[in-house]
Amino acid sequence: MKKKDRPVNNRSLPGNESLLRQLWRDPMGRAGMIGVGVVILLAVFAPWIARYDVAKMNARAKLTGPCAQFWFGTDHFGRDVFSRIVYGARVSLEVGIVAVGIAAGFGYLLGMIAGFFEGRVETVIMMIMDIIFAFPSILLALFIVSALGPSIINTMIAIGIVNIPVFTRTVRASVKTVKSTDYIANARSIGLKKMSILFKHVTPNVLAPFTVQATLALSGAILTEASMSFLGLGIQPPNPSWGSMLSDARKYMERAPWLVLFPALFIIMTILSFNILGDALRDVLDPKLKL
Amino acid sequence: MENLLEIRNLKITTLRGKNTVRLLDKVDLSVKKKCSFGVVGESGCGKSITANAILGLLPYPLRVSEGSIRYDSKDGEKELLKLSKKEMRDVRGQEISMIFQEPMTSLDPIFTVEMQMFEALSFHHPQMSRAEMRDRSLEMLRRVNIPRPEQTLASYAHQLSGGQLQRIMIAIALINDPRLLLADEPTTALDVTIQAQILKLMNDLKEQNDTSIIMITHDLGVIAETCEEVAVFYAGQIVEQANVMELFKNTAHPYTLGLLRAVTSLGGENRRLYTIPGIVPPGGQWSQGCRFADRCDKCMEKCKKEMPALTEAAPGHLCRCFLHSEEVEQ
Amino acid sequence: MSEKKNDTLLDVQHLQVYFPIRKGLMKRVVGHVHAVEDVSFSVRPQEVFALVGESGCGKSTTGSAILRLIEPTGGKVFFKGDDLGKLTDEEMRLKRRDMQFIFQNPYSSLNPRMNVWKLLSEPLKVHFQLSPQELRERVEDMLRLIGMTPDQLERYPHQFSGGQKQRISIARALITHPSFVVADEPVSALDVSIQAQILNLMMELQQEMALSMIFISHDLNVVRHISNSVGVMYLGSPMETGDTEEVYRHPAHPYTQALLSAVPSHDPTHKSRHIVLEGDVPNPASPPSGCPFHTRCSRCSKLCKESKPQLREIAPRHFVACHHVGE
Repeated sequence: MKKKDRPVNNRSLPGNESLLRQLWRDPMGRAGMIGVGVVILLAVFAPWIARYDVAKMNARAKLTGPCAQFWFGTDHFGRDVFSRIVYGARVSLEVGIVAVGIAAGFGYLLGMIAGFFEGRVETVIMMIMDIIFAFPSILLALFIVSALGPSIINTMIAIGIVNIPVFTRTVRASVKTVKSTDYIANARSIGLKKMSILFKHVTPNVLAPFTVQATLALSGAILTEASMSFLGLGIQPPNPSWGSMLSDARKYMERAPWLVLFPALFIIMTILSFNILGDALRDVLDPKLKL
Repeated sequence: MENLLEIRNLKITTLRGKNTVRLLDKVDLSVKKKCSFGVVGESGCGKSITANAILGLLPYPLRVSEGSIRYDSKDGEKELLKLSKKEMRDVRGQEISMIFQEPMTSLDPIFTVEMQMFEALSFHHPQMSRAEMRDRSLEMLRRVNIPRPEQTLASYAHQLSGGQLQRIMIAIALINDPRLLLADEPTTALDVTIQAQILKLMNDLKEQNDTSIIMITHDLGVIAETCEEVAVFYAGQIVEQANVMELFKNTAHPYTLGLLRAVTSLGGENRRLYTIPGIVPPGGQWSQGCRFADRCDKCMEKCKKEMPALTEAAPGHLCRCFLHSEEVEQ
Repeated sequence: MSEKKNDTLLDVQHLQVYFPIRKGLMKRVVGHVHAVEDVSFSVRPQEVFALVGESGCGKSTTGSAILRLIEPTGGKVFFKGDDLGKLTDEEMRLKRRDMQFIFQNPYSSLNPRMNVWKLLSEPLKVHFQLSPQELRERVEDMLRLIGMTPDQLERYPHQFSGGQKQRISIARALITHPSFVVADEPVSALDVSIQAQILNLMMELQQEMALSMIFISHDLNVVRHISNSVGVMYLGSPMETGDTEEVYRHPAHPYTQALLSAVPSHDPTHKSRHIVLEGDVPNPASPPSGCPFHTRCSRCSKLCKESKPQLREIAPRHFVACHHVGE
């Protein structure tokens, strides 16, 4: 770049630098990425990281505290808690991603339609969303699962449906905001077609809040799964899930506190990491915040 | 104290990431009693933050890093920068008031005018009765020429026009008889005919009261209409200061000259307008030498290397330019 | 008729824009804001016609309605002889190559996620079939015209100062070589020293590209400098139109007189010669009867309260809407 004129700021272009690298440079973004990275690694490489079969019971090693053999101790069946947590990460991520995928997909579509075609269509869509929204989300999810029968797939669907309104609202709000900006009026005055305006000008500006919402919803979905499993209507045994592990641990809380400690710790860490990442993402994706 | 307000060596900085960036650099200002003092400059020159610093209203991460602001209050001299939060609250509104650029957003939309005027009154005069407060509020509204003051008292902000709101803001600002009124671009958001009304009102009020006014604006026309003394800010410094007649007649600094020529060449014979090339350097990107050097048509070698001092170009006329400094210091 | 066609590029006849006021759950229309009320004027080729007035007078709405960015409620707009109101959306979209709009606020009118290259090449891609090379050439030509260099093409709007952004948005409007452009307060968001730079640029480009322009502004000094003709608006209605110098030297309407005298002078020895108008602009949702200005006019009579004055020619090309002018 020639230096003959002075730019207002000399930070490099957003386009030249990958999103991940920008996130990495932000201390909060880095913390979020590390946390999320650990969970992803655990999930992907679970068969290699886990030290024992998650379902293998060992009557002689029931309720052993953390030691060299069982890093996080064992539960009341003598199963290795560390291995179950590792596989639990897999379940949590799977549920989170699929559920958010369902929610984001439908939510995006509905939000776009509601925001772009105002009037009666919008009123109807938003009315349905408000009705879904009016139920406490965990209650609604439990209701859906008990109607469909408890299984991993149904848990995913339930959590997905519960999260659709949040996405619809986010997308609709940003479509409406973007639509009323001067640069959309500008695009019209240039002579752009409606569809080009939608795809070239509206969509990119909606994508940022949408991505942030997706990250945050992921943590919410994982938490909902944990709560549902804790209540016994989520992931069914013998599949390990952080929520069901917590639920099982209740009875042995005093004798074996590690059974509560480690799943809880991992739930907290995962939720926190996704939330921090979401916030950092919001900052990085906002072109105006770049100075 | 001879002056009402004396600012000495005021420096304001902000944080940009981990770096401290200077926004205001060694500003000295003295406002006499019963004087209207104009501060003029473009956006980012430091004029508004100076006013905010006087009232202790600098938003984080801006802060005063050095300097003193001495004020001659009703009960003796005060160093405003050393006051506690409570003492500062007593100064605000009672001693020094401020009116802002946007009257539309300066009033709280959920309270009536009456409630907001009463609030301003009762904060400093807790013993006042409602009837007294009402009388005082009506009197103030009449003084700022609000038609139908009783009706206006019961109104909400959205029921009033921009010009009326700015009058009410002035009425609230003056309700406790402050001795100094800080007006930050009070007419910029208003139309010319309304601006003319407000400026006339401020001139009248100044005649009637003992209030001094610091008028902060980017508009040299507003300065010419209302002020006696003027300071021109550029890139966080005062570059020129003089009596208003002197400043407009014997303009010394090339920047002031440029500003004046840019506006007065409008409607002139020459179709091409006079312009100052380039842009105002933002805070933190100031050169070592004269900050106006790379936009100045009279720039010399020296200007790029050394910062000129604020020296007297004529008696009472200060200018920060090597062309006008008597002793050319090395 | 054919003679008139050659003389005018744009002809606005009785333009009217009402905005419905909706209230309640059912969004029932309870009234209308009379934003533009019966505005007529014409713009000749290569002329700069200024619309001037205070906020809420309908000048910006008039500008947008001419380009159908807002659909007019009534009246006709002829551009090069075509009735714009009769065009389909698609025909109007194609017409926009020849008639463009420059926005007031360069901070908000440029898409923050598009770099200069995308911003400037987009209008060309919409209206022309150009090879990548031609595209590049035309964008770079335009950049030179606005005083910028090709190495800035990859930058995004937030990396420029306000003045530079306004240059970019002017370039975006003019890159298709329109013959007519509406500029809505193009310098009022800028600092004083930058305003002059942009005005010079606009005057240069107007000459060079033989543009006709509607220049909307509240700044009377700027209007006097840049325009050939001027229309003064108040509360949606035109008060006075004519050649700029004529209107500024001999303002006939009491409102124009007050407006011109309200401009602060830059000479501290000439204080307070203002005609200070009493009161405020009435609410455009319930405009006063008769002359819209009668509530603030010092010459108001019974006639003014009852009947609305029409524009009358008091000197060649100088029109005034006032009952009492020339009495």
